[in-house]
Amino acid sequence: MALRVVGSSVQRKEVFAKVTGLAEYVDDVRLPGMIHGLTIRSTVARGRIREIAFEPGVPWDEFVIVTARDIPGKNIVSLINDDQPYLAEEFVNHLHEPVLLLAHGDKDLLRKARGLVRIEYDPLPAIFQLEDATEVMKSYQITKGDVDSVWAQAAFIVDGEYSTGAQEHVYIETNGMVATYDAEAGVTVRGSLQCPFYLQKALMTLFGLPAGKIRIIQQETGGAFGGKEEYPSMIAGHAALLAWKAGRPVKLVYDREEDMAATTKRHPSRTRHRTAVDSEGRLLAMDIEFTIDGGAYTTLSAVVLSRGTIHAAGPYRCDNIRVRSSALTTNTPPHGAFRGFGAPQSLFALERQMDRVARAAGLSPEELRRRNLLHTGDTSSTGQTMQQPLDLEGLQRRALDAAGFDEKVERFARENRTSARKRGIGFATFMHGAGFTGSGERYLQSVVRLETTAEGKVRILASMTEMGQGTNTVLTQIAAESLGTEYSQVEMARPDTALVPNSGPTVASRTSMIVGKLVEKAAAELKKALPLPCDYSPAEFGECVRQHYASDGAVSAEAHYQEPPGVHWDDANYRGDAYGAYSWATYVAEVTVDTATGEVQVDDFTALQEIGRVLNPVLASGQIEGGVIQGLGWALYENVQWKDGGMVNNQMTNYVIPTSMDVPRMKVLFEEVPYEHGAMGAKGIGELPMDGPAPAVLNAVENALGIDFFHLPLLPEEVLSALGHVG
Amino acid sequence: MTDQRPDVTRREFVGAAIGGAILVPAPLAAQIVKTGDAAHATLSINLSINNEKHTLEVEPRVTLLDALRERLQLTGTKKGCDHGQCGACTVLVNGRRVNSCLRFAVMHEGDEITTVEGLAKDGRLHPMQTAFVEHDALQCGYCTPGQICSAVALLDEWKANTVSAATPDLSRPLSNELSDDEIRERMSGNICRCGAYPNIVTAVRAVYQQEANL
Repeated sequence: MALRVVGSSVQRKEVFAKVTGLAEYVDDVRLPGMIHGLTIRSTVARGRIREIAFEPGVPWDEFVIVTARDIPGKNIVSLINDDQPYLAEEFVNHLHEPVLLLAHGDKDLLRKARGLVRIEYDPLPAIFQLEDATEVMKSYQITKGDVDSVWAQAAFIVDGEYSTGAQEHVYIETNGMVATYDAEAGVTVRGSLQCPFYLQKALMTLFGLPAGKIRIIQQETGGAFGGKEEYPSMIAGHAALLAWKAGRPVKLVYDREEDMAATTKRHPSRTRHRTAVDSEGRLLAMDIEFTIDGGAYTTLSAVVLSRGTIHAAGPYRCDNIRVRSSALTTNTPPHGAFRGFGAPQSLFALERQMDRVARAAGLSPEELRRRNLLHTGDTSSTGQTMQQPLDLEGLQRRALDAAGFDEKVERFARENRTSARKRGIGFATFMHGAGFTGSGERYLQSVVRLETTAEGKVRILASMTEMGQGTNTVLTQIAAESLGTEYSQVEMARPDTALVPNSGPTVASRTSMIVGKLVEKAAAELKKALPLPCDYSPAEFGECVRQHYASDGAVSAEAHYQEPPGVHWDDANYRGDAYGAYSWATYVAEVTVDTATGEVQVDDFTALQEIGRVLNPVLASGQIEGGVIQGLGWALYENVQWKDGGMVNNQMTNYVIPTSMDVPRMKVLFEEVPYEHGAMGAKGIGELPMDGPAPAVLNAVENALGIDFFHLPLLPEEVLSALGHVG
Repeated sequence: MTDQRPDVTRREFVGAAIGGAILVPAPLAAQIVKTGDAAHATLSINLSINNEKHTLEVEPRVTLLDALRERLQLTGTKKGCDHGQCGACTVLVNGRRVNSCLRFAVMHEGDEITTVEGLAKDGRLHPMQTAFVEHDALQCGYCTPGQICSAVALLDEWKANTVSAATPDLSRPLSNELSDDEIRERMSGNICRCGAYPNIVTAVRAVYQQEANL
């Protein structure tokens, strides 16, 4: 059947509200009697709280004050390890750790009060860097074959150590929540967030209340990128505690400095590689050590580490692989979810390493990879057999052709001899697993519901959040397509835990592929429940829904997640089918390096990917462009500077993210190989574009200068130093 | 600046206030209605926003952004950093774009202020809004009101022959073509973390071409 709605670039569902200023973000919410909240945070990285004093200067009796002692349930941000408190009790373990909460109707007075809370600490020794960290939060080991048995047979062995810095999300809308409390209804929180049911679970523990008394409603969300996956459970809890104690609605919105300094960032990482190849450049062994800085509490580090570990050996076949990984505890604010979730870090190291292995073996970067890329039937590092049609050599070649790679390599080498501005071109070939890892999707047991409306429309009820990536649009397209109606005849319910079923979190590139499939299945069920003729027009569909609603009321249909057949995962040994499907890509970057200033400029970028069926070409391209731009920022500009365990450049003037002027010419290309278990053949897309830009850019810089760089971000200072100009 | 009012930045203003002597622009001094506590003195001001007159009692340190959002409930204008670093709060003052977080409301007596809510006329979107819809020049939407206001003013600045850092040759009259490099440079004060920049440039170019053809 020819697709009508899916595959076309329909307009973004909520676009009218977004261009007119009508879209309601959390800071736009005003409730009667609402007051404002503020978080008092620790000023030492580690220590014991000796005394808390409220200095004179404001009318303290007018303030609502919440400390750990007020908490009605458990003082735990419930997630994985349950090691993080909502408010510090006796000890603080990182700078900016929440200690107490204030609320008042007057924002100016609130700010003044912040300076009058004096907390005395007995400082304790603290650890700020990965090199000094020893406490293991989580570790994994992947073992395939026996790496140690083959070193002796290797023609070439290449070692390398790579590292990446933290990255701040800088969503333009900072974190914020508005909470209300009512003895009858319980707690209601509206806010900027990705995962409403994560917040519900966390607040149930915090308040000791059942699910029916914790209601979470998503407001329009001004960017998230993973930064509103786990942290919202913290700020929602704080807002709710204040509202509960105040008996009035409380708005808690972070200012930019607080958001940048106190909330999560991408994990800093260190990866060590030892790679053995034979005389033909075929991989004999990949020995990889992957370490991330988890910060002071576990939050999602265990899962970020897992994804980084599984992606560490990349899209290559090799009989002997060992990946040893660990997340270590330090005394910085916890690092957390950020688009890519560990994979960008380990793939950066791998794709730099592969260029260096190629050089050692006397092969071109393309040829070395070509000899080692996975084919259908090959197994990955976890032993997962590649079942789907796979032509990575072809994909890689087509990307290089589209970028004019061969001609540019030759031309740049010639032109660079006489120019102070050295040009270079490089690429990375990589993959990103879509959906939760291993058995994760089975445990989530996601549900989607569709229901008819009095107006003859169909409404999708799901917990999937829109944060700019196109959830509303794409799920609506899938439903309209499946129902045989128009895009305009399907609407999305607002994610509200009181109204929608739990379809799992909006993370892990799972929305289109996994939840989209549930929408497709629920639509098929809904059609069966309606008295539709064999053939009908969209108008007839609407009329049938309307009449049936008038006579019999709403019809609804649900779909529940079922694991595709033949999926096996051994969590204890990290063996088996790590992901239902992978998206694949080759990204090519072209750079100019100014040898006088050390500045690296990206001139041209080609992104070719295979993501299954493309549901909305314009939105899909937008996801790729946006992810690439964030990846370029991570590669070249975004430098979190630390002092005593805290970010000191926590402003948008001195933490530099890409502007419109930093964007290269971009070519975004798709290959479509439909995946039978994804919605209309779709696979995941959101995180993939974060993985490729950094290694492609640093490989291009090596091509330009003949110098290898091993650390992100690559700043002009380091380039100049390597060129011998300073240092 | 053609108007007569002192152009005080918030930094200077607050700095002066902290120094003990509160700096009050002379033409406004007479309007102080409550002076008991210098820090909480309020002024009565008239603002013209989207062709509607509003009278407000505000403290002199209240920014235009906070006056719009918190006093007048015009929440379409967004606060991204409150320090003039992100551009999300961009509005038009007498047709020129400004970061409303860096302006005091009291500086705008008599000015015509346009926010994103005032761009659509007679129930029809402004051509720039339409272009943002058609070219999908946004993702999360939070920077969008600022981007659109900025882009509207950009085209007026271009028509008024203002130059930018991307203008190739300042000694010659501007060419007739607004290049993508010019658009990128002139939009670079409006940060979009979703990275919708390519489509934003396309949308601005589309409106430019549409107007040029008229």
